[in-house]
Amino acid sequence: MKDLQDLAQRLLVDGTVAVVIGYERGPRGARPAFVQRPEDVERLIFDAECVQNLATYLSPRRRHLLKLGRKAVVAKPCDVRAIAGLVREKQVKRDEVVVIGVRCPGVGEDRCVTCTAREPRLADHLVGAAVAAPAAGESQRDAKLRELEAMTPAERWNFWQAELSRCVRCHACREICPMCQCDRCVASKTQPQWIESSPHARGNLSWQLTRVLHQAGRCVDCGECERACPEGIPLGLLLRKVAEVVDRRFDFRPSDDPELPTPIGAYRLDDPQEFIL
Amino acid sequence: MSKSTQPSTPSSAPGDVAFEPRLTAFVCNWCTYTGADLAGTSRLQMAANVRIIRLPCTGRIDPLFVVKAFERGADGVIVSGCHPADCHYTAGNYHARRRFAVLQELLTFLGVEPERLTFSWVSASEGAKWADVVNGATERVRAVGPFAAYRALVADALPADELQPAARGGAPRATTATEERA
Repeated sequence: MKDLQDLAQRLLVDGTVAVVIGYERGPRGARPAFVQRPEDVERLIFDAECVQNLATYLSPRRRHLLKLGRKAVVAKPCDVRAIAGLVREKQVKRDEVVVIGVRCPGVGEDRCVTCTAREPRLADHLVGAAVAAPAAGESQRDAKLRELEAMTPAERWNFWQAELSRCVRCHACREICPMCQCDRCVASKTQPQWIESSPHARGNLSWQLTRVLHQAGRCVDCGECERACPEGIPLGLLLRKVAEVVDRRFDFRPSDDPELPTPIGAYRLDDPQEFIL
Repeated sequence: MSKSTQPSTPSSAPGDVAFEPRLTAFVCNWCTYTGADLAGTSRLQMAANVRIIRLPCTGRIDPLFVVKAFERGADGVIVSGCHPADCHYTAGNYHARRRFAVLQELLTFLGVEPERLTFSWVSASEGAKWADVVNGATERVRAVGPFAAYRALVADALPADELQPAARGGAPRATTATEERA
């Protein structure tokens, strides 16, 4: 933690960045912190409670944050994939942001069980003690995925209707997502209204379907949408399903390499088309 | 992919003689629309259950179009365009192929019967293939029954008969040029 604070102080004092976006201790676990003064760097922490993906604060959609000036951001290996995604989609210039990579022991999420990345690669600085590669565990989410796939369509329909009918259309999943970056979301447009905006089952289905499709090949599996959802809808399941499809069909996994093309938007002449007559 | 009956609130049994499936077809202007035209001018007999919506290219078809068709009362959807390497815009169908691959797997995962979605490549010379696609899709949708589950998503949803474009205001405009004289 000392090396993180020292690095943040150095970056702020020599004027490399105007703000360091990191984590601080809040009343209920770790929370995002925006440190602009060198004397405040003692607030910065990193531990297994730091679950948030701070890359979302780099999105140019957040215009009020653009005004803060040059940023350094504390990023776990999974968060770095979101930064790579933003660079890949020309939303952020790589040399405009200082990435403080942290070696991550896992932050207690289900996705951490199967995660093998412990050291971010796309980083300007690397802090934290070395962490041993974990033993591969059983992901509850993947188990649930297999369970759903074994159901009949009618059973799956009823499962998802039970989940999606709780959606209150607060759009927290969109707001927190580091990869949701449209100036005007299709769900907010009213003329024509493609997605019904009131919280009922039909509009909810249309909204989540659209959001998940827009994340195909782009979702970095940071789990923020599911964490932000006030109704506890298992959005990660849908995204995981699409990620598996994209992996199987297009051989693409969330990557910290900003040079890779996104799978939707690219194509191969021999893409599988067994579903087309 | 497993067959199944409709989930909650089936309004009529699958295979019910009274049930005429309603299908929406999103087709590209250059190949499938012309192919459908050929089927019509060749006087091929085919199911009259399909409403065609013509678009410039399969690459223009947003997955939301398919969702909207279901919302507006379609029991099934056909998406059809130029064969690979035949796209008028060089690569629109390749992009579409990737999107629809994800779309159909996601819809299946959400519990939509795969029989409700048909994707095909139909060239301008394949009028007979278009007739086969239309007949096949209609029969598959007829077998799984009306998409009552989707219509039941809104408590105050209109019954299927009132989902005609006139009753719903700005409903998608259906092209009837190739609707059959059957």
